[in-house]
Amino acid sequence: MSIDTVQHAIDDPDHAQPYAELGLKPDEYERIREILGRRPTSSELAMYSVMWSEHCSYKSSKVHLRQFGEKAPKTDALLVGIGENAGVVDIGDGWAVTFKVESHNHPSYVEPYQGAATGVGGIVRDIISMGARPLAVMDPLRFGPLDAPDTKRVLPGVISGVGGYGNCLGLPNIGGEVVFDETYLGNPLVNALCVGAMKHEDIHLASAKGVGNLVVLYGARTGGDGIGGVSVLASETFDADGPAKRPSVQVGDPFMEKLLIESTLEVLHAGLVEGIQDLGGAGISCATSELASNGEGGMQVWLDRVLLRDETLSPEEILMSESQERMCAVVAPENLNAFMALCRKWDVEAVVIGEVTDSGRLTVDWHGERIVDVPPRTVAHEGPVYERPFHRPTWQDALQADVPDSLPRPTDAEQLRATLLNMVGAPNLASKSWVTSQYDRYVLGNTVLAQPEDSGMIRVDEETGRGVAISTDCNGRFAKLDPYAGAKLALAESYRNVVAGGAVPLAVTNCLNFGSPEDPEVMWQFAEATRGLADGCLELGIPVTGGNVSFYNQTGETAILPTPVVGVLGVIDDVDRRTPMAWGPDGELIYLLGDTRDEFAGSEWAHHVHGHLGGMPPQVDLARERLLGEVLVAGSRDGILTAAHDVSDGGVAQTLVEMALRSGVGARCWIPDGIDPFVFLFSESAGRAVVVVPRGEELRFTEMCAARQLPAHRIGVVDSGLGPDSGYDEGTQVLEFTGQFAVTLDELRHAHESTLPAVLNS
Amino acid sequence: MRVGVVTFPGTLDDQDAARAVSIAGGEPVALWHGDDDLKGVDAVVLPGGFSYGDYLRCGAISRFAPVMTSLVPAAEGGLPVLGICNGFQILCESHLLPGALTRNDSLHFICRDQRLRIERTDTMWTSDFTDGQEIVIPLKNGEGCYVADDAVLDELEGEGRIIARYLEVNPNGSRRDIAGISNARGNVVGLMPHPEHAVEALTGPSVDGLGFFTSVLTSVVNA
Repeated sequence: MSIDTVQHAIDDPDHAQPYAELGLKPDEYERIREILGRRPTSSELAMYSVMWSEHCSYKSSKVHLRQFGEKAPKTDALLVGIGENAGVVDIGDGWAVTFKVESHNHPSYVEPYQGAATGVGGIVRDIISMGARPLAVMDPLRFGPLDAPDTKRVLPGVISGVGGYGNCLGLPNIGGEVVFDETYLGNPLVNALCVGAMKHEDIHLASAKGVGNLVVLYGARTGGDGIGGVSVLASETFDADGPAKRPSVQVGDPFMEKLLIESTLEVLHAGLVEGIQDLGGAGISCATSELASNGEGGMQVWLDRVLLRDETLSPEEILMSESQERMCAVVAPENLNAFMALCRKWDVEAVVIGEVTDSGRLTVDWHGERIVDVPPRTVAHEGPVYERPFHRPTWQDALQADVPDSLPRPTDAEQLRATLLNMVGAPNLASKSWVTSQYDRYVLGNTVLAQPEDSGMIRVDEETGRGVAISTDCNGRFAKLDPYAGAKLALAESYRNVVAGGAVPLAVTNCLNFGSPEDPEVMWQFAEATRGLADGCLELGIPVTGGNVSFYNQTGETAILPTPVVGVLGVIDDVDRRTPMAWGPDGELIYLLGDTRDEFAGSEWAHHVHGHLGGMPPQVDLARERLLGEVLVAGSRDGILTAAHDVSDGGVAQTLVEMALRSGVGARCWIPDGIDPFVFLFSESAGRAVVVVPRGEELRFTEMCAARQLPAHRIGVVDSGLGPDSGYDEGTQVLEFTGQFAVTLDELRHAHESTLPAVLNS
Repeated sequence: MRVGVVTFPGTLDDQDAARAVSIAGGEPVALWHGDDDLKGVDAVVLPGGFSYGDYLRCGAISRFAPVMTSLVPAAEGGLPVLGICNGFQILCESHLLPGALTRNDSLHFICRDQRLRIERTDTMWTSDFTDGQEIVIPLKNGEGCYVADDAVLDELEGEGRIIARYLEVNPNGSRRDIAGISNARGNVVGLMPHPEHAVEALTGPSVDGLGFFTSVLTSVVNA
């Protein structure tokens, strides 16, 4: 066994290295040689290759992501901006909240259970490394068609993985998305969001400050999982009887993560930590180089001290391993005993692996021999940056010209009724309770709203009732038709879902899922979506606080729908006044807020009924979204709304059905004059919500809308006694559209709730 | 009235149980798995979660924790003990209650608002309910299928030790729709659904769960 030391690299400068197999381009390899003034050792090559990967360095997206900072609206709410593990927002009363969403797409396709589980684990560690206690998780998920054979392999595994990890960790899962589309068949999207809270004084950052302070690695032992590409180095360095190639997907241990949460929060609150970083992608390479780069600039690491699950691991593999449930803390020597004692209390193993220096170098030794000697900034922050070429796709004009106007529409009441029953059972609109019933939404006892409500809402402060609401949304079909507008529409929908509950939007996170950045047409989609999201955030006055980019989501030459998932976080001063989606008792009035236009391009109706995608997506008017938000929040504050529910996929019909099923009570609705019944029921115009107002509050409510010039149409009244009028038995709950058709809630429930079980339980 | 709430590594619902005790009017006292001191409490809750990750058999490792070496004899001596979910599993593993909890018949973890019927109101944990009262509280488990041999089930039926049964849906395949049982004396109760998640209208499907916690406070005062 030979170790490639720094001395060895100097002595043998022309040794051929497998940089291409590690994903480095020839010019990138040359740049590493320039930085070091020699060839890298195999360990250094391992570190650079993984830290300069697209996933860690954002080399293709960086030039576009800058807009989120440059265009950021002025706000006092942002305590920690983009660049840290997750941004931190002030929510008042001395509380700060941090939230972030990340992708775990590719591992989840290879190994659905562990891929999804470790996606949850990774994002939770991002949150605890800011000093916050995790409060809840959410999972925006996208799969191939529900009835595709591979979906039956991937979906149940992903759901079990999300549930298995989150449930065992004790975090409520309060929302997310489940979307089906052909383009995700060979490339599902598994995004994971976590939100956490802390007092302002508890915010911690990832930096190695204080020369002489100790670097402690704690949590799970380091093993051979998640090593992936670096095995080419191992096979080069080791003889044939070296370690076998291992699966590249990491394996999660939520029990260890729970211990890691509790021990980390205890050491942070005891004031024993100078800086902290979680270990995720690129493992020890990433944690040590980032901590050093953000701190005094130097660090000495003794790699042979790392506790291993497998004693045969090579130093390159130890540097690269993505074993889960590990953290790295910088601890002053006088605090080390107390730190170790708290780790022991929680049965967490910990070991000092290094020391902060002011050498300006990250040096790593292996049994007394130097194997890494690099300037840490060049690893962590000064990776390559690409201005990838991009151009509008050649097919974009034809796609936009292929409008849905000539698709056959239902023409009479019977066809409208059949369309409604068909639509509420469409995989994208059907009940997702097969999924969400596998997630614990109750643990911690602070869940105020959870799926299928518009947003997930969590009480943060039990004394004051202050809380936060979060939603994640994206309609990838809209983004395909027009990525700029599509990103704004995703933002608008997420914003609307948060205000529907009565919370005031404060901050935005995102998970930008796209195809290959080396394809100029995909890169154009990315550039347009990023521009749209940055412009949209400026218009809405809420900053992006962090996010994640996932490229290379494609099967062969076919990219996924551009999918910029947008998460909006809002604050509510008292969760007791939240607005749920279920309407109240008989006589309450149902209002539609906003304008309904004939907009079916990219709609669920065009997709589900006709398999059509073409035209221009719905108009997006963010000033109108703000106005709608003001009315929904004021309505909640003034206590004049019983219920509210956003109108998006599936249109007003879907919104009314979901509200009726949630409350179990029927309603008599009507179609306003001057609008086509089909357009009224199924158009997906943005900027709309359905609200329910008690009769006694009607005047106050309509005056509030009129004062703000927000269109408000009375479209129905809650009525539990419609059965006999519609030819059903007494007590039968009915949703009636006067002059058109009536349908019982039992029929709707059956259509809405049987789609997923019929496929997934078979 | 002091009610101990035990935290094992991997316990998740301890803060919920403590909150429920407070709302019911009691004083929650944190007990630690590694400490055999019960701190003189008047009753104990073993809360839900995944103690030790439940990688072996649910509750199989927890029964050997130091706190259990004091708790088992105390329970046998009449101390009121409520085991919820993982706590129920630990009580079975400790042989304070008969039977076992196995994987749900659906093979999926399930979280739902569950309707139950209270079958017995003369235990220390159910005295504030009325006979046959129907309640709705959250259920969330992966291994909540109660099993025992027929002789044990008949004995439980015969002695009136089935304290709650599932209504409408049997969510996990439990024998005879059993949601909860007690020991012969009625001081030790195991319950698969989670009353501690139904103590506030804001966050629970009901406040029906509160009855379990007020019951024990009343029972201890009257004892």
